Amino acid sequence: MNKTENNEPGTLTNEADNSKTENETGLLSLTTPEVPPLPEGLVAVVKRDCPTCVLVKPVLHDLHRRAGLTVISQDDPDFGEAADWVLHDHDLALSWHHSIETVPTLLRVSSQGIVTASTVGWSRPQWEQFTGVADLGEGLTEWSPGCGSLSVDPAHADTLAVRFGSAGLHSRRVELASLEDEWEAMWNRGWSDGLPVVPPTQARVLRMLEGTSRDPSEVIAVVPPSLVECSVEKIAVNAVMAGCTPEYLPVVIAAVQASCNDEFNMHGVLATTMSVGPVLVVNGPIAARIAMNSALNALGQGNRANSTIGRALQLVVRNVGGGRPGEVDRATLGSPAKVGFCFAENEADSPWGSLATSRGWREDQSTVTVFAGESPRIFVDQRSRNPESLIRHLAQALRVTGSPRMLLGIDAMLVLSPEHMARFVDAGWGRNDFMAALGEELLINSEEVLSGADGIAEGLPTAAAGRKVPKFRDEGLLVVQAGGDAGLFSAIITGWSNGPGGSDPVTHEITP
Amino acid sequence: MTVVLDPTSELTPAARQRTARPESLNGLTIGLLDISKPRGNVFLDRISQRLDSLGAEVIRYTKPTFSKPAPVDQRHEIATNCDAVIEALAD
Repeated sequence: MNKTENNEPGTLTNEADNSKTENETGLLSLTTPEVPPLPEGLVAVVKRDCPTCVLVKPVLHDLHRRAGLTVISQDDPDFGEAADWVLHDHDLALSWHHSIETVPTLLRVSSQGIVTASTVGWSRPQWEQFTGVADLGEGLTEWSPGCGSLSVDPAHADTLAVRFGSAGLHSRRVELASLEDEWEAMWNRGWSDGLPVVPPTQARVLRMLEGTSRDPSEVIAVVPPSLVECSVEKIAVNAVMAGCTPEYLPVVIAAVQASCNDEFNMHGVLATTMSVGPVLVVNGPIAARIAMNSALNALGQGNRANSTIGRALQLVVRNVGGGRPGEVDRATLGSPAKVGFCFAENEADSPWGSLATSRGWREDQSTVTVFAGESPRIFVDQRSRNPESLIRHLAQALRVTGSPRMLLGIDAMLVLSPEHMARFVDAGWGRNDFMAALGEELLINSEEVLSGADGIAEGLPTAAAGRKVPKFRDEGLLVVQAGGDAGLFSAIITGWSNGPGGSDPVTHEITP
Repeated sequence: MTVVLDPTSELTPAARQRTARPESLNGLTIGLLDISKPRGNVFLDRISQRLDSLGAEVIRYTKPTFSKPAPVDQRHEIATNCDAVIEALAD
């Protein structure tokens, strides 16, 4: 108790512990204040502002006399009793560290200072049973609910979290001067993709970390191009900046896991002169839980989760990995999708199962699939009324993915809208029928695409003459269902070089 | 003052690094920025003489008012034309 006596709730410093030091670069480092010990035996945590606490004052007296109760007051220093058995939790350290949510809370504390039992509010039978003391609170009502603990009051909760919880954060503290505009200061430090970022204060990062059960120091991935170990905390910092809510954090973590490995090859995706970036598709129950958009404008703006999750991944690559345009990012043209491209599949309306189930995951698992892709290109067909017509037309559009002469080496993602999908479903086609028919339509006569054919230098080597060549490798076309109910449009997302020399799509499970 | 957490790999210092100090002023273009405080010009006139004698070329600038930051255009002009700048706070 005495150790932190001079601190008010919300102060960053702990003079007694000398835990704030400022080095010559103006950075702050903070260390953990000690967890204050609880007195042994029966302890009641109360506040003067709570009518139930005031109501049970005679009971507290009685329990002190008969059972050695200690009272800890959150607001009034002596709770109206200038007695040595009333302690003041002046900085709410006891309440915060011992997770007091309600006052009054009655605790039983072991000689090691460990809480072995607790009860909240006032209930005569419960208090009598808990304390083993009979005939408590004569004349009082039988039961009265408690109030919220000051330590969970929204007015204090963030400050206390920073005061007592920020020591678990290892990121360098950077002071922005009072005359600096926060956004300009962060931009000047190179932390932004060009759009405003939310200042990653300790309170915001601690709130973000509430979104995961992982330890903030757990290393999630080694992020290219600088190959830096990236902790949950660093992902949380960048997720705050991107505008995510804590509920999105597990998706961002899974996206980092899915991207930073040899298979997806984030380094190559970043460094290539082609214009691709990580395109994220979210499947499973989490998509609805975090209100992702898989319907109208699913690939567009306006949904917070869609807009910020992909951006958070790109900020991790930029800030942690050091992957910045003009440096290791050598995209000749780039694409708007590189700011961040993330959407959910409309699984509820897809009788074909989802992208994730087609890749071997269960429906009840939440996953994120990362695909190296560009911005979507819209495919228009408003006249086909049967699957045969639509699939032929679709194949013509898919043939030109990358270029009409680029075969096998490039993947694509096809986002089927509900109305286009219905043309196949209404005729009884399943996913396998669709994929098989499309594969047939995408067998290309090599003579048409040989180098030199039609006076075009680009093309297959002449050794490939006389063959039928598939446009895509096996598993090289990813089919997803999304979009609004009305509209005979689908979208084709062009990929990048596939296989060991390029990038393969990766699906990763999203876990809390 | 806002304290934020560094989102980067922390492989570079958070504080902005100073530009390397020139080994000699000979042949360099030095901007002298008068922030418009009284007698700042007196100080800068003398600095200008000293820089002349060291072989530096001097360009004089004056801020419209000392109470506000130099306009973006002026900062850009100084950065474009000068190798270094000396700002006179004075009074």
